[in-house]
This record gives sequence, C-alpha cells and structure tokens, in this order.
Amino acid sequence: MREKVVEATVRALQRAETSLPDWVLQRIDEAAARESHPLARHHLQFMLENMRIAGKKCLPLCQDTGLPIFHVQMGRDLSLDFSLSEAIAEGVRIATREIPLRPNAVHPQTRKNSGDNTGPGMPDIILDYVDGRGLSLTAFPKGAGSENMSLVGMLNPADDPFDFIMKSVAERAANACPPLFLGIGLGGSFDLAARLAKRALLNMPGSSVEELLLLERINSLGIGPMGLGGDTTALGIKIEKAFCHTASLPVAINFQCWANRSATEVIQ
Amino acid sequence: MTEYHLQTPLSGEDVEKLVAGDVVFLSGPLFTARDKAHALIRRTGCPISLQGAALYHCGPLIKDERVLSAGPTTSGRMARYTDDILLLGVRAIIGKGGLPGEPFRGKAVYLAYPGGCGAAAAQQLKVLGVHLSELGMAESLWEFEAKNFGPMIVAVDAHGKDLYQEVRRSAQKPEMD
Repeated sequence: MREKVVEATVRALQRAETSLPDWVLQRIDEAAARESHPLARHHLQFMLENMRIAGKKCLPLCQDTGLPIFHVQMGRDLSLDFSLSEAIAEGVRIATREIPLRPNAVHPQTRKNSGDNTGPGMPDIILDYVDGRGLSLTAFPKGAGSENMSLVGMLNPADDPFDFIMKSVAERAANACPPLFLGIGLGGSFDLAARLAKRALLNMPGSSVEELLLLERINSLGIGPMGLGGDTTALGIKIEKAFCHTASLPVAINFQCWANRSATEVIQ
Repeated sequence: MTEYHLQTPLSGEDVEKLVAGDVVFLSGPLFTARDKAHALIRRTGCPISLQGAALYHCGPLIKDERVLSAGPTTSGRMARYTDDILLLGVRAIIGKGGLPGEPFRGKAVYLAYPGGCGAAAAQQLKVLGVHLSELGMAESLWEFEAKNFGPMIVAVDAHGKDLYQEVRRSAQKPEMD
C-alpha cells in the first residue's frame, strides 16, 4: 500500500504539472472566444498554445512548479501501517528528480533550499475522512506569484466583505497571473478563514448566484489577462463560509493564477 | 500597436522607438536574475557586463543544460533594485506584473511576457552559460540565447507611459451602476 501511495503521488504531480483539468481549459477557451480586447485575446490564445506544448512535450507548463500541497480523502475503514505524510514526501522527492520539478522549498530565514521540495511542513497535506476503505489523493501544486497576493482581512462586522474583495483584487490581480481563480473564506477565525479559502480553491468552481455575481463584478474591473486590460479578469470564484464571532468578520482571499493545476489519483 | 523583432544587446534608439502597447520579439543573448542574484549584484557587483542587455526576471527549470520551462516571475519583488540594474546599462527588463515606471524614463523599457507560459518560453531559449550558480537553479544568473522570444508587450516605455498603472487606476475607480 505504501508503494501505491508513493506512485500515486508521482503520477498526480506529473499530470498536474504538465496539463490542466479539462474544465479549466474550457473556461480559458470560452473566455478567448468572448474577449473583446485583441491583446487580451492573444494572451488567452497563447496560454492555450502553452498548454499544447506542455502536453505534447510532457513539460511543466510553468517553471514555478509550486509548493507541494495535497488534498487526501481517506476512508474511515482504511488503516495504514505506515506514515502517509512520509510516503507522499517520498513521492514528491521522486517527482522532483524525474518530472523534473524546480526545487522551491527553502528555510524561511536562511533561505537554504532542501533541493527536493520537502522539509518541515512540506508537503502540506489537507486530510479529510470519508466513508469506505478508499484513498484519493489530489496534487495541488501552488505557485508563489498568486499565493503571494493572498491575504486575510479581519473586517469590522459593519464592513461589506465584497467591497474588501473588490478592492484587494483591483490592487493585486496583475501580479497573480490573471485571469484568476479566487478562493474566498468568509467567517470563522483568523486561520479558519484562510483554510476555508484554500478549500474553496479545491472545490472550484462555484455556481451560486452570490459567486456568479461577484465573478461578474470582478470581470467588470477591466484588469484583463496579465493585468494589461480586458474583459477576462477571473475565470472562477468559490466562497466557503463558517460561523464567526459576533464581533468579527474574517475574510480570506486565496488567489490562484489561470493555470489552476490539480490532478487526482484514486487508490482502491 | 506595432510589432518589432529586435536583436540584443539593445541600443538607446531601439528602446526610444518602443511605445507602451507595442509587441516585441527578442533574439540574441538574454540574462536571467531574480531575488538572490539582485541582492548579490548590489553587494558585490555584477560578474558580467549588462550593457544594452535584456534582463529577464525568471527562475527557470533546467535539466542537463536544457531549458524545460522558463516563464516570467513577478517583477514587483525586484522593484527595489531597478535603479541599480539600469545603472549597469540594462535596456529592457522582462517579467510579469510590472515595475514602477519612473526609473525607466529616457533609459529603458519593461516588457511583459505572458505569465505561466513556461513551456512555450522554453522553446525559444537555449542555455549559453550560467553565473552565480552557487545560488541554485532558480536563483542563478543564466545566460540564454533567445530566438524570437515573445510575444512581449511593452508595458512601461521610456517616455513615461505605464500600461499596468493605467489599467489599475481605471479598475480602482468607483464602480458604475
């Protein structure tokens, strides 16, 4: 079983780094057809061309192959006689050598690079328990360009969280490789809001009226692909909510670039 | 919007004619530098001449001297070094997300390469050499040979026009109902 987890980790990373989920490609394709700014349309078409090259030559689509983040759904009836995080870490080390991935993980102060994308806290594993005996593993490599623009706001309950989101996106979008996917965490505590925002990215795309209205508002900003103007500023929004303290209104925005990479492997 | 195919190193006249919104493809030597290389150049000077150079904010993925993926990184992190870099004679800074425009006036341009398009960029680049390799793969100063490297958009020109700034200002205006 341990070997299966290691192999599934390598396979999931390989797919996540060299291709995009079909629904993401479809959104870029649709946006390119709709886009009225010529320069913006060329950018969207070049992104699709980049994906054809990455797929054909089996190359990482972006040189920022990201930090190794995984979402694991584990059956309650499954018991493992090995460390899941150690097995995934081994998969990350193999993938770094073989795909290959750019070594990105460094000590936060000395900035020394481990050389294999692992280290204390890395890979980061988000674990959920589900019914049954199965195990599914989603690789969600996250680049720094979009992650660096992410933020948590501890708002006054009298503030409008959507105004905060609009203002933050207007200021920050250009650095996060738009058109964006935005994971929003609304409520909870300081850290729960951030966790909700990351989960929102994993549960993308949203389809509620609230999410679609926010998407429309953001696209009306005119920021466009790469922040150089256009109709397409965001391609998807998901909002996850939790109850919060009566005196608080935490709002977290986890930015994700147009290359919303992820791939899932299921182990029976 | 004019399309230019230029050869590096760039001259003052090359840069002078470019206007924000133009499309540029570059061929010839191209140098990468990001966070650590900039900090080291400020402390100890640059190991090579960057006169007329195009400096690419990029941390490439390279294996056995082959460029596998090499899109742009966010230039904003290097904004504190723009004056130092332009003093070395750099004529074009390439990246994504933009840089404050003032230091470029009368000297250089900022070119935006489509972010996230590392696989496409890799097809246009070959490794000529590497400097400051002690900084590791992503942070080294790589010397590439570029062939029709682009499309890049002139986002900041040498005449004070800054496309990012214009788009951001317009986005920050109150929404119209």
